[in-house]
Amino acid sequence: MVLVYVETTGGEIRKAGQEALTYGRKLADKAVTTCVALVLGKATDPAGAGRYGASRVLHAGDGALDAFESGLYASAIAAAARQTGARFVVMAHSANGKSLAGRVAVRLEAGCVSAVNDLPDLSGGCAVRKGVYSGKAMAEVQVLTPVAVLTVAGNAIQPVVVGDKAPVEPFAPELPARKVRVKGVDKVEGLVPLPEAEIVVSAGRGMKGPENWGIVEELARELGATTACSRPVADSGWRPHHEHVGQTGIAIRPNLYIAIGISGAIQHLAGVNRSKVIVVINKDPEAPFFKAADYGVVGDLFEVVPRLTEAIRRSKGSH
Amino acid sequence: MSTFAGTKTPGFDLNSLRMNILVGVIKTPDTTAKIAFTDNNTRLDTQGVAFIMNPYDEWYALVRALEIKEAVGGQVTLIAVGDAEYDQILRKGLAIGADDAIRIDTEAMDSFQVAREIARQVRAGSYDLVFLGKETIDHNGSEVGAMLAELLDWPFLSYANKLELNGEVATVNREIEGGVETMEVSPPFVLSAAKGLAEQRIPNMRGIMMAKTKPLQVVAPEQGDARVRFASYTLPKEKSSVRLIAPDQMDELVRLLKEEAKVL
Ligand SMILES: Cc1cc2nc3c(=O)[nH]c(=O)nc-3n(C[C@H](O)[C@H](O)[C@H](O)COP(=O)(O)OP(=O)(O)OC[C@H]3O[C@@H](n4cnc5c(N)ncnc54)[C@H](O)[C@@H]3O)c2cc1C
Repeated sequence: MVLVYVETTGGEIRKAGQEALTYGRKLADKAVTTCVALVLGKATDPAGAGRYGASRVLHAGDGALDAFESGLYASAIAAAARQTGARFVVMAHSANGKSLAGRVAVRLEAGCVSAVNDLPDLSGGCAVRKGVYSGKAMAEVQVLTPVAVLTVAGNAIQPVVVGDKAPVEPFAPELPARKVRVKGVDKVEGLVPLPEAEIVVSAGRGMKGPENWGIVEELARELGATTACSRPVADSGWRPHHEHVGQTGIAIRPNLYIAIGISGAIQHLAGVNRSKVIVVINKDPEAPFFKAADYGVVGDLFEVVPRLTEAIRRSKGSH
Repeated sequence: MSTFAGTKTPGFDLNSLRMNILVGVIKTPDTTAKIAFTDNNTRLDTQGVAFIMNPYDEWYALVRALEIKEAVGGQVTLIAVGDAEYDQILRKGLAIGADDAIRIDTEAMDSFQVAREIARQVRAGSYDLVFLGKETIDHNGSEVGAMLAELLDWPFLSYANKLELNGEVATVNREIEGGVETMEVSPPFVLSAAKGLAEQRIPNMRGIMMAKTKPLQVVAPEQGDARVRFASYTLPKEKSSVRLIAPDQMDELVRLLKEEAKVL
């Protein structure tokens, strides 16, 4: 049995939840077993987890679970794992997933592997690969316990729809008292959050100043991309901290990363080198970023970026 | 009055808000280190690799702990699970301003062993708060804080980029995808620190001198089985060389992104 904890926002299954479900379903196929989804708190369509391959859905709709708390959620997930006899517990490597996996693993006396990229090798137990040293290497991690808790790295797997709605069973685990009160959530409006973005347009000190970001935002808008920046840019207050990517910022792995006026220091690369395709725009042909790039443009970003935006606009018009 | 079910550790004194804070620190290869493996790809080749205190531990967790102590009184204790090579990291933390340090003398095999050793020290002491960095920059696991909180049955506030203490209630901002969550909680709790929580402090000469005589206690581990094993490592394939496109050929770049790379 594979149990997948499915994250929701505003009652809807999040992309990270769809990825975890797809991973769980593929893992269940490989282990010749079934995949059961667990949805916590308010949910508009828990049965929808069936689309990504869950054969049934446990829904704990207790109002106490409407707001996140790691202790509460972990006890519900562990209870579901026990009830279903799960051998694998899968969740997203998201802010919440990361806060839960360790707790659930302790409760289940399970080994925990976070940010896995691939399905595990099940010949002789469970061995699974994950990125380490900020993307500079991969490790194969063996789980030494009967139960494994796995968090799935963002964008490591594409959500795949394989079925239709699944039967939903109400689930009412015993819950501990709430110790953390959630006062509110401030969402940055409009944009896809960086860790979930498929296209990221990122800019660095080559931009000269915050007043020049219009061309970056325009390119991002044309691509439906999320914007990011290098660390010195966030540190000087040119851009908000939540845009800072790199070893000491957010680590991302979009399909396409466009780096504008960023030199490509090792600490920056550590956060973005798992992107599928990297485009670098830099006026210095010796910029280290070109070594990590798939496509490069050597030129002045103030000319190149508006031209690229134009070219994308044209390509949309032409079909 | 708070309405939470949070209980106080015995050391907590209601009359003065002294906070005893335990800060977990770990060493990681310097961010510029070239990563290579040895012993048949089962171990990091540490030859020529310089080690540093994990930046999230040093810049944010430790400094916020010191600020709280400066504001309300109390004690900041560092804790690390590792061999004697850790002493240099702990001395640096003491130079930045921590009062004392504990080193549990073992090489942990997995994050559960680390969490279990730290939990044992928390139970043996009287701490109100435990701060950690949000993740290590080498294994990027983010596992220890959650495990520790569960072992202690304490709340876990992860990815905190702001923490205000108001009497007995802490207000914490937590980084989530595309936003910030604001929460209230009473000590004791475990917190993992993200950028924004504090500003890096550079140790000064006086701090460095004082650190030499601050207590650094080495304790024997409890030991116990690991639950996962890092069996082997591989390096990623080298990228093939970059394809350069002339700055006036942006239509060609768009075509390549669509047809060759298939990302548009
Ligand atoms: C412990 C540690 C952790 C760190 N963590 C991070 C991290 O997480 N993320 C991060 O980003 N950095 C991090 N850094 C900093 C990192 O080392 C670099 O200093 C930083 O990434 C440089 O940012 P940048 O590329 O924007 O600026 P610069 O290095 O100044 O590069 C600017 C680039 O813009 C180009 N340029 C200038 N003008 C133009 C123009 N008109 N047209 C085209 N190109 C132009 C230049 O050729 C240059 O390559 C860290 C450093 C340390 C020591």
